[in-house]
Amino acid sequence: MITLRSPELRLGNAVILRDVDLTLNPGELTALCGPNGAGKTTLLRALAGLLPGSPPRDPRRVAYVPQGARAAWGMTVREVVALGRIPHGDTASGPVDAALVVCGLQALQSRRIDRISGGQARRAMLARAFASEPDVMLLDEPTADLDPAAAHAVMALLRQTAAAGRSVAVVLHALDLAQLYAHRMLVLDGGDIAADGPPGAVLPAAAAAFGLPYGTDATPRLLPPA
Amino acid sequence: MIRALLAASLLLLIAGLLIGAAGIGVPDAAILWQLRAPRTLLALLVGGGLGLSGAVLQGALRNPLADPGLLGIGGCAALGAVGVFYWGISTHFAPALPLGGLAGAGIGCIALLAMAGRALSGPSLILAGVALSALAAALMALALTAAPNPFALAEITFWLMGGLADRAPIHLALAAPPILLGCFLLLRLGRGLDALSLGEEVAASLGVPVASTLRRAALGVALAVGAGAAVAGGIGFVGLVVPHMLRPFVGQRPGALLWASMLGGGVLLLAADLLARGLPLAFALTQEPPLGVLTALLGAPLLIRIARGAS
Repeated sequence: MITLRSPELRLGNAVILRDVDLTLNPGELTALCGPNGAGKTTLLRALAGLLPGSPPRDPRRVAYVPQGARAAWGMTVREVVALGRIPHGDTASGPVDAALVVCGLQALQSRRIDRISGGQARRAMLARAFASEPDVMLLDEPTADLDPAAAHAVMALLRQTAAAGRSVAVVLHALDLAQLYAHRMLVLDGGDIAADGPPGAVLPAAAAAFGLPYGTDATPRLLPPA
Repeated sequence: MIRALLAASLLLLIAGLLIGAAGIGVPDAAILWQLRAPRTLLALLVGGGLGLSGAVLQGALRNPLADPGLLGIGGCAALGAVGVFYWGISTHFAPALPLGGLAGAGIGCIALLAMAGRALSGPSLILAGVALSALAAALMALALTAAPNPFALAEITFWLMGGLADRAPIHLALAAPPILLGCFLLLRLGRGLDALSLGEEVAASLGVPVASTLRRAALGVALAVGAGAAVAGGIGFVGLVVPHMLRPFVGQRPGALLWASMLGGGVLLLAADLLARGLPLAFALTQEPPLGVLTALLGAPLLIRIARGAS
């Protein structure tokens, strides 16, 4: 569990979000949705304790994977995943092995991270977070530049991870994935958390935030722009 | 790899005591202790400091082109030494030259950390280093144009090319403590550098204090490289090339490169210095080729080969 209470979240002088009072519960996969610039990443960084002024977090408990994280050097996949042990100050191979298995990277573990596909490298970053054995996982766009099948696989894994008792929050642009996998959905819009609840209930607010029509023909879903 | 580098440094250390201007073989005690031993140990220390500094800076800044010269500390040490030449102090008091270099490096280090500010990040450190290099280079050019006599000018130019000829035990005594202290600081940064390979934000989320890691890296590099430059002048390419030479053997993880780069830098500089000593014996040269010139001549082709292999 992790809680963030803040009258405002700032980036420099700009106020990005107001009146934040948010608790991520164990057992929940929470999707942070909203238009570009709504403050999703800022909220995630504040939850991770990385925004200036936000409460610091125990790195052993909270793992954070930013969008587009990449390794500067051609380390092996295993070396990158093992960086997740830094907060614990050990080099235990058990959690690293488990993280490689969970993310389906065993066969790639001795390959160089700069010589595998972008999607595989992204999975390695996710596995790095798993290797920390955190209670809370905060992931910024974990499905960006994954093919649809891989995106579904990652979301299913995260839902399963949450169901096993962790708190997982993801910034997500793909509302269909949020609807399918998230237990809870937050819609950020205009500097506020505009809606918070089960994805089905929150979808009208999401449609309004994106300025897209909202239809209920068969199942609730978003329609393309009129 | 570490064992191979240790063996190589031991072999070269012995060779360093047996080869010199007096010929090849065991020299008399005065030459051995006053000239060859300090020179050989200085080559190992200065090279080790440069190699380790290069590995740390490349890791800290996540940039394969980072070189200890980037922070401008070497330039400040040179400026301090040039000041000593300029006022002719070294003719009256021999240790003035390394002391001037050390003073320049120390002032440069304080200026660097002050310029980089409290919220230290990679780019702010690079910018501060570039500014400091430019300042040191400008002041040095000013000193050169205003040099009191042509002999001072020639002396300065030759010193700037870098070298270890005629270094005495006093040079070793002055340079060894800061270099060893710098290396000690830098060798402890391995985990922080590993974390930084995923970016400063991820490193912070892993519990690594990014600003203090960068500050300790800058301080360690300033000590190791500044003290090295104070006694050996401008020796380029070692810090840049050594980590690149070692990555195929020890892997790409920044923390894994530290010990290897320190030993590798020492081996490379001592080998280059032995070449500098040996060439006059083989080709009847009147003067040793400057060490900094040799390291650049050896380093440039190596770097080109690495660049071709990397593409």
